[in-house]
This record gives sequence, structure tokens and C-alpha cells, in this order.
Amino acid sequence: MTEFLQQIINGLAWGAIYGLIALGYTMVYGVLRLINFAHGDIYMVGAMVGYYVARWIPQGTGLASFLSSLLAAMIVCGLLGALIERLAYKPLRHAPRINALITAIGVSLFLEYAGQLLFGADPKFFPNLIADKVFLQWHGIVINQIQVLIFSVTIVLMVLIHTIVQKTRLGKAMRAVSFSHTASQLVGINLNAVITFTFVLGSSLAGAAGILVSLSNPKIEPMMGIMPGLKAFVAAVLGGIGSIPGALVGGLLMGLSETFVVGYISSTYRDALAFLLLIVILLVRPSGLFGRSTAEKV
Amino acid sequence: MLKKIIETFFWVCVALSPSCSRNSSDILIGEYGSLTGGTATFGQSTHRGVTMATEEQNERGGLLGKKIKIITEDDQSKPEEAKTVVLKLLKQDRVIALLGEVASSRSLAAAPEAQKAKIPMLSPASTNPKVTEVGDYIFRSCFIDSFQGEAMAHFAKSLHLNRVAILKDIKNDYSVGLADYFERTFRALGGEITDIQSYSEGDIEFRAQLTALKGKNPEAIFIPGYYTEVGLIARQARELGLNVPLMGGDGWDSPKTLEIGGVSVNESYFSTHYAADDPDPKVKDFVDKYRKKHGSVPDAMAVLGYDAAALLFDAITRAGTTDPGKIRDALAATQNFSGVSGAISMDPSRNARKRLVILKIDNGNVHFYDAVKP
Repeated sequence: MTEFLQQIINGLAWGAIYGLIALGYTMVYGVLRLINFAHGDIYMVGAMVGYYVARWIPQGTGLASFLSSLLAAMIVCGLLGALIERLAYKPLRHAPRINALITAIGVSLFLEYAGQLLFGADPKFFPNLIADKVFLQWHGIVINQIQVLIFSVTIVLMVLIHTIVQKTRLGKAMRAVSFSHTASQLVGINLNAVITFTFVLGSSLAGAAGILVSLSNPKIEPMMGIMPGLKAFVAAVLGGIGSIPGALVGGLLMGLSETFVVGYISSTYRDALAFLLLIVILLVRPSGLFGRSTAEKV
Repeated sequence: MLKKIIETFFWVCVALSPSCSRNSSDILIGEYGSLTGGTATFGQSTHRGVTMATEEQNERGGLLGKKIKIITEDDQSKPEEAKTVVLKLLKQDRVIALLGEVASSRSLAAAPEAQKAKIPMLSPASTNPKVTEVGDYIFRSCFIDSFQGEAMAHFAKSLHLNRVAILKDIKNDYSVGLADYFERTFRALGGEITDIQSYSEGDIEFRAQLTALKGKNPEAIFIPGYYTEVGLIARQARELGLNVPLMGGDGWDSPKTLEIGGVSVNESYFSTHYAADDPDPKVKDFVDKYRKKHGSVPDAMAVLGYDAAALLFDAITRAGTTDPGKIRDALAATQNFSGVSGAISMDPSRNARKRLVILKIDNGNVHFYDAVKP
């Protein structure tokens, strides 16, 4: 029983990270209908930015140094997202959707190998910004400070994004753009500004996820974004791509099921499970758990 | 006319080719290694060791009255490139023996060429058993994984550990092999393997496996992985309250294990080829010499490169000729060659029988703990 509960905690903490990456996927898809494959690599850039910022800050300042590296990573990744959108995706906005998709894969490879050139291929050790102390210990079950932090930051960011999308004028514009580019332009929405903003928001979430992962699993390298990026994509599809609560729920489900497969069956099937899930969802419920099924306009 | 030009060109090429222009008073030995690429430190360290051994031998008057010339080629850490550069060394430079490689995958790519050309090849550090199975011209001057796994099992027993769990890298032949040898020997000695879990190279999350291991209450965990994952595994194990000793093989031998693992890898043991603080005077001597020349403490690869080159020179001296077949026979007959990392004897399958050292990590430092003789 202890082992089972511990696995649930492991799974939730790991799933929260998938959820955070999936949020960015879902937002960009919701507005642009584009699967931004470079998203996982922006997450890598976030971790790298955090690494260099944290080395500037004197050790042992705890929460302050964590918040400053989190902020720096979110800002840099937001800017990088805007830059990628402007240079790579904007020229293709009226091209067939497959062109943008292939470009996204190109951007992803570019970031990975530019990262190798810039940061070096060998793994780096992310400094301990937060002491990994035990937060709660109960009948042999251990909950860590960092796990609590990951979980709470994820919830806070999700609520924040949800509020922005549902309650602000900008959010209203985003929802309008996601319905129809042409119609939203006709009612006076600045299409470019809204799309850029979506990219900034989504990419800064990836940056935040990069920092959070590096805190609990402090080994970072330029290729670290590939697998989590793909898994988060599956999580976004599972929750219903385009749905913000869906991304979080999808991420948590992914994290839990992976943990159980590894803990009770074998680690060999972990990656297989993620993609099996993807196939099953696409067959049974393509719109995901929280997605609305929309009829294709003819 | 065209035919004439081609013919002339052909003869000019032949006349200029290195095999004709080389100085016949040198003994040519080929070295191939990963001077660049993913495991660049392996190749560079080995090369330093080989160079040091060559310089010393040449100062002592070389071999058979001739100077030794090492021709070094970079394989960029790629198996296919290893094969290409070895072909170049064999066909173009006509070397009489080959030194290389560290990684078993690259030794395996090049070994069939050396075997075909009947040129002896001596690998300083490939521990996978398959390497020397390629043919009777392929040797290695390091121990193999079966010896390492068995030695660690005996060692665990000697620490009075009876219940050990295994966490292995399922995608890595080295790790899977080492885990198997450990498991078999430990069971044969009457120990109990409580559980076997696995991960894949590149993983960063091990909590699920460690939680499962913890449920079986092991007294130690054997992790035959590479240094990139070991540090993280140690960290997450301690977080989950799994405070038992960790053990591993020579894949741990890197400063990164300590850098990533921090205090979590304290109270751990791993087996490797050599320890810089080994009380053996031969090791001390070498460390001093190396430090004077390169300003740093030699890693295991530098020592193994040095030993491999010295062993090859010794075999050529014993053969008394540069005939590759005779050198092969001399290598195969090696008994108790005194290397820095220990006395080396060749067994009938051309694998070195030599001692292994066990290091202990304690308070952020790696110490010599014990040596195991075959």
C-alpha cells in the first residue's frame, strides 16, 4: 500500500511537468491549428537559461534565486517563441498546413543542434536552487519540497492562463482568432499581435517547465526536450487539444500511467505506452477527454 | 594520348604514395581513437598514454634498434569511421600492429579488417567479450565484463550483504552483461537478488523503479550504468529514503558521478581499472610523471593507453622481428607483464587477466578501497 501511494505521488509530480509542457502545445494549437514541434526544444532552452542565470546568483538564496531563474527562463523563452513565430511560421500562414508542420520539425532540429554547438553535448548539472528536503513523511511515504513546488507552480500557472484566456479582452481575442482568422480580422482584431502573444505565452510556459524539471532531475543537455516534447503532445491530445484544463489532466494521466507501467511492469514498455495511448485516443475519441468535437466545415 | 596521361599520372601517384616515401628505419604502429565526438575524452586520454609510452621507449633506444613511429587517426567516435581509418592504416601506412579502441562498438567495427590483414590489434579498454572473439589477431589488455561482474558479487558478499537489488540500463549491452554476471555469481554465492528493475540511457526520472526496489528492502543496489545516469539515480534514491550502499562498474569512473550525485553517492563502491591514490609505487610513479607533463591526474584511459602501448613494445622486443605473425605469437604468450594498472597475462582467448581495483566514494572523494586479483 505504501508503495502504491508513493507511486501515485511520483506519477502526479512527473505528470504535472507533462501538463505544463502540454499547456503550451494546446494554446498554440488552439489559436493557429499548428502543432509546434519546437515546443520541447524551447523547454530545453528554458533549462539552459536557468542554468546560466543560477550560476550568476550566489548559492543558498533559496526562493529568491529560484524565482529569478524562473522569470529569466520564461522571458527568454517567450522572446524566442515570438522570434520563431515571426521568422519561421508567419511567412507560411497562408501556405497549406503541412508546410508549417514540416517547418516546425525543422525549427526543432535547428534548436537541438544549435544547442549542441552553443552549450556542448555533454550533460550539465543544474544547481540546487531549492534544498531537496522532505516536505511530508507519513508511514514511509515521502513527499519532497520540490515535488510540492512543481505541483503548485503548475496549478498556479494553469489558473493564470485560464483566467487570461477566459476573462481578459486579449483572451477573448484569442478565442475569436481560434474560431476564424478572417472573421476576427473583420471585427478589428489585430491578428498578428494575438498570434505573437499566444506564442510568447506558450513558450514561456515551456521555459517554466524546463526550470521545474531541472530542479527535480538536475541533468540537462541539448537533446533533453525531444521525448518530453512528444509525450506532452500525447498528453495534450489525450486531454483534448485546444483545452487548457484538458492539458493538465492529460499530463497527470500520462505521468501516472507511465509511473505505474515502470513500477509494476517494466521500464521497457514506458515509451510504448505513451504512443499506444495516442493511437487508442485517436481511434476511440479523437477530440480527447475535454475537447469539443467539431464538424469539419465544408 | 589520354591513355598515356593516365598512365603517367598513375606512376606519379605510386611514386609519391606514403608507402614508398616513408623512412624505412622506423617501426610503424597505427593508433585509432575518438579524438573528437561524443566520447572525445576517452580517445584523447588514451592518446596521451600511448604517446608517453612511445617517447619513453624511444629515449631508451627504440625497438630492435629502430625508432617507433605512431600514426594516429581520429574516428570521430563513430564505428563506421573507425573501420575507414583502420583500412587506411593497414593499406596505406602498412602498420605492423594496431592500438585501439576504447569503445567496444568501435573495436568491433575495425577488428575484422585487422583480422583479415593478419595484423595484430590490441585494444586498451574494450571490455565487451565479443571483441576478441573476432579472431586470433585481436587482443585486449584490460579485464572483461564477466570478471568485473563476478568480482563485484564477491565484494558485495565480503561486505556481508545478502539482499541486493539490481537497476540496469536495458538499452546498453555493457550494463545488461555486467548485471547478468553479477546476478549469477551473487546467487551462486548464496545471496538473494531481491528485484531487478531497468531504465533506458538518457532517462532522468527513476523514482518509479526506485520505489519498486524500496518495497523489497534491499541491503544494497547494484547499478551497472554509465556516469550520466548514476548521479541522478543516487539523488532520487536518497530522496525516497533509500539509504543503502550503491555499487557499480567502470562506467561510473568520471568526475561527473560526483558532480551530479553530490552527497547522495557517498558510501558507494565501484570497480575500475586503476586508482590514482593506489599505494602501489608503480602507480605513484606514473601519476607523478603524467602530472609533470600534462598538469593533471591521469584518468583510467590514459593509464590503459600507456599499458597497452608498453605491452605491445614488449611483445615486439620478445618477438625480435617486425613480422606481424611473430608479434601475434609473442602477444599471445604474454605472462606477468608488469603494467601500471597491474600485472597482465594473456589467457587463451586473448583477454588480459589482471587485477581490478574497487573504489569507495566517501565525503565527496573517491578512494582506493581494495584490489581484486583474478
